Amino acid sequence: MNKTRRLWLQAALALGALAASLGMPRALLAAWPKAPFTARDADAALRDLFGISETALIPSDKILLDVPDVAENGTIVPVMVTSELEGVESITLLANKNPHPMTSSYLIPKGTLAYVATRIKMQETADVVAVVKANGKFYSVAKRVQVAIGGCS
Amino acid sequence: MLCEVEGDIATFKSLIRHPMETGQREDELTGEKIPAHFIQEVTVEHNGRVIFEALWSTGISENPYLSFKFRGAKPGDPIKLSWVDNKGESDSLVAEVSKAD
Repeated sequence: MNKTRRLWLQAALALGALAASLGMPRALLAAWPKAPFTARDADAALRDLFGISETALIPSDKILLDVPDVAENGTIVPVMVTSELEGVESITLLANKNPHPMTSSYLIPKGTLAYVATRIKMQETADVVAVVKANGKFYSVAKRVQVAIGGCS
Repeated sequence: MLCEVEGDIATFKSLIRHPMETGQREDELTGEKIPAHFIQEVTVEHNGRVIFEALWSTGISENPYLSFKFRGAKPGDPIKLSWVDNKGESDSLVAEVSKAD
């Protein structure tokens, strides 16, 4: 380890300890994972976040992905995901043809249901993919959304 | 921000005021790119315990909507949402769990 890197680590540790003493939420200090959220394709994003390829996702009929068939306005596409799978740890949403396909990822602790609703941007007609991590495995479902006017640029 | 409990399950709903700029749009007058400005992390706590965390990219819509469900809430319990964006700006919203009508 070189000296600069060691100094950075020391600074990071000191900052973490300071934040803990101030009672700040731990998650706000966790490093936001830049690589998956700036990746140019879904496969690279999944490798960066989970270390798995898109082809390794297990299709599941125990995930309900509710998206509109047609989105007139790609800047606001409502998405709702819920799952009957046991042991859900996270839910991740991708819009496959966006400049950065991975839109968001949600951590589901015990006591929280496997349910999330939000609104995403879509650049063009594409599959929206919901990836559910449950008991260490990655399940998915995809649905096509036809986008009339793109919402990224 | 709203958190209503019905039976054992509480439903959380929030709207956060934020531009969620992608960094890919151009200013119509100057033609210059508008810098990215987007929320990266959202944390929700119930009675001081983290019950939900969201990691976001620029692919979340302007003025983000977020809803999730959890167990173990009682009317009057404190709920706190905190967010931080890519510029290091942050904010917190606080509410109490209420009983669904």
